Amino acid sequence: MTNAAYRDRKFHRRHDVVFPIVNTIILVLLMFATLYPVVNTIAYSFNDGTDALKGGISLWPRVWSLKSYTSILQDPAVYQAAWISASKTVIITVLNLFWTSMLAYALARREYVLRTFITTVMVLTMYINAGLIPNYLLISKTLNLKNSYWVYIIPTMFSCFNMIVLRTYIAGLPEALVESARIDGAGDIRTFWQIIFPLCKPVLATVALFVAVGSWNSWFDTHLYCGSKQNLISLQYLLKMKLATTQASANAANASVDALANQSVAKTTPVTIRCAITVISTVPILVVYPFLQRYFVTGMVLGSVKG
Amino acid sequence: MTETIRSNGSALRRTKHGFFRTLIRQWQLAAMSVPMLLYVLLFNYAPMWGWVNAFRDYGNRKLVAKGVTPYNGIANFRWLFGREDFYESIRNTLAMSVINLVFGTVSAILLAVLLNEVRRKGFKRTVQTVTYLPHFLSMVIVVAMAQNIFASNGPINALLTGVGLTQTPVFWLGEGEYFWWLVGVINVWKEVGWGTIIYISAMTSIDPALYEAASIDGAGRFQRIIHITLPGIKSTFVILLIMNIGHLMEAGFEIQYLLGNGLTANFSRTIDIFVLEYGIQQADMGVATAAGMFKSVVAIILLVGANFIAKRLGEDTLL
Repeated sequence: MTNAAYRDRKFHRRHDVVFPIVNTIILVLLMFATLYPVVNTIAYSFNDGTDALKGGISLWPRVWSLKSYTSILQDPAVYQAAWISASKTVIITVLNLFWTSMLAYALARREYVLRTFITTVMVLTMYINAGLIPNYLLISKTLNLKNSYWVYIIPTMFSCFNMIVLRTYIAGLPEALVESARIDGAGDIRTFWQIIFPLCKPVLATVALFVAVGSWNSWFDTHLYCGSKQNLISLQYLLKMKLATTQASANAANASVDALANQSVAKTTPVTIRCAITVISTVPILVVYPFLQRYFVTGMVLGSVKG
Repeated sequence: MTETIRSNGSALRRTKHGFFRTLIRQWQLAAMSVPMLLYVLLFNYAPMWGWVNAFRDYGNRKLVAKGVTPYNGIANFRWLFGREDFYESIRNTLAMSVINLVFGTVSAILLAVLLNEVRRKGFKRTVQTVTYLPHFLSMVIVVAMAQNIFASNGPINALLTGVGLTQTPVFWLGEGEYFWWLVGVINVWKEVGWGTIIYISAMTSIDPALYEAASIDGAGRFQRIIHITLPGIKSTFVILLIMNIGHLMEAGFEIQYLLGNGLTANFSRTIDIFVLEYGIQQADMGVATAAGMFKSVVAIILLVGANFIAKRLGEDTLL
C-alpha cells in the first residue's frame, strides 16, 4: 500500500467517525426544534394566566396552575364542540372507508369495462376543482346544507388520494384469491367483503388515519357554513375563534405587558386558555398516532405511485 | 372478400356482446363504483357550471336581492385585471408556492439523506416519529404555536437578542416583508419529516452493492451520497417536481388566512383569500367566481404543460 493510499484510507476512517457525530447532533437539534413549540404550548397551558403575559416561558411552567383547564372544562361550549368534532370524525371515517374501499376494489379489477373512464374522472379531481364560490353555491344554495350537521358529512365522503392508496394495495394482492373465490361461486361484492376487505387491514388503518385527522383538523367548513350556529361549531373552529380574540388583545398587550400584568386582570388570560384548548384538541391525535405509524408510511408510498 | 366479411362479422359480434353486455355481466363491479362516480360528478364536476356566474353582474345590490343577475360579458374579468390587489394576490400566491416548493423539496431531500446515513435503527425511528408529528397538527394549532414562538417576547426574539444579532425584538408577525418567508419556514417545520417518506422509500430501493463497490473503490461518504444516493432518487424528485408544478396556483390557504393580519394583508392575500373576501364577505359572486375561474384555468394549463414535459422526459405522466 502506498503512503498516499494509506493516508487516504485513514482520512476516510476519521471522516467516518466525525460524520455520524455531526449527523446525530443535527438530527437531535431538528427533533428539538420540532418538539419545542409543542412542549412550549403545553408549558403555557399549565402556567398561571397573569404570569404568562410576561412571556419567556420555555419548556416548563413558571407558575403552575390548572386554572385554564378547569375553566375550559366548565364551559359547555367546549363539550358541545368536542362532541361535534368527534362524532363527525367517526361518521366520515366509516363512510369513507366503506365507499372508497369498494370503489378501489372495482377499479383494481382489470376486466372491468368502466375502469379507465372512472379512474380518469377520479384522478382529474386531484388537479382540477371548480373553486370556492361554485362549491359554496352548490352546498349552501342548491343542496341547502348551510347550518346543518350534514354539511360536515356529505361533501367529504370521498378522497381520490386515499382511493389510489387502496387500489394500489388491492392490485398488489395475489390474483388467485379473487379467482378461487369466483370458482367457488362468489360474486364481486361477496369476494370483496369476505376475502379482500379483511386483507386490507393495514392500508385501511392508514386511510382511516388520513381521513380522521383531516376531519378532526378541519375548521374552514364550519367557518363557511356553520359559523353562526353555536351548537354546530367544531373544536378547531372554537380554537380559531379564541385565536382571533387573543391576537387582538395581544397587540394591545405588547404595548404595555407589565402594566397589564400589574393590573392583575382576570386570573386566566386567553393565552393560557388558547394553549389549553390546543392541548386538549391535539391529545386524540397524539394518542392514536404512534400506533399507526408503521402503517401510514406504507400508505404514503403506495399513494405516491402514479394514479 | 370472405376475410372482410368474417372480420366484419366478428366486429359486429364484439359490439353486440361488447360493452353493454360486459357491463351487465359486471353489474356487481358497477354497483360498487358507479355511486361514487355520480357522487364525484355532483360534487367535483357539477359545480363547474357555477362558472357562468363569472359572466354575470352581481354589482347591483337591489337587482341581486330580486334574484336578477344579468350577463355582462367579460366585464368582471376586465374589472379584476384593473385592480392592483388582484395582481398582488397573484404575486403572493406564486411567491409563496415557489418558496414552499423550493424550501420543502430541499429540506426533505437533505433530511432524507441524513436519515439514510443513520445506522442505528432505533434512533432513525425516533427521529422519524418526531418529525412526522407536525404533519398531523391542524393549521389552527400550528399558527397558534407560531404566534407564541415568533411573538415579540417569544423564544426566537429571545435567541436573537441573546446572541446579539438584534438589539430590539423583531416584529415578525406584523411586517409584511417577512410574511412569505415565515410561511415558508412554518411549512418546512410542519412537513419536512412527512416529505422524507417518499425519498427514503426511493433510497431503500437502491442496490446496496453499489455502495459496497464504491467503498472498495475508495469513495468517501460524501462521494457516495453525491454519486449514488442522489442519482437514486432523481426520478422521484422529477415526478414530484412535475406534480408540484401542476399545483403551483395552490399556495395553501389556511396558513395565510390564519397567520395574516391587517398589517401583513398586502403580502398574505392569496387568490383564494381574494375570492373569499369578495365572494363570501362582500357577496360579489361574479367577480369572485371570475377570480377563482382564472386560477383554475391557469392550474389546468400548468397541469397540461407539466404532463407534456413529463412525457418528453420519458417519465410517468400524471394523467
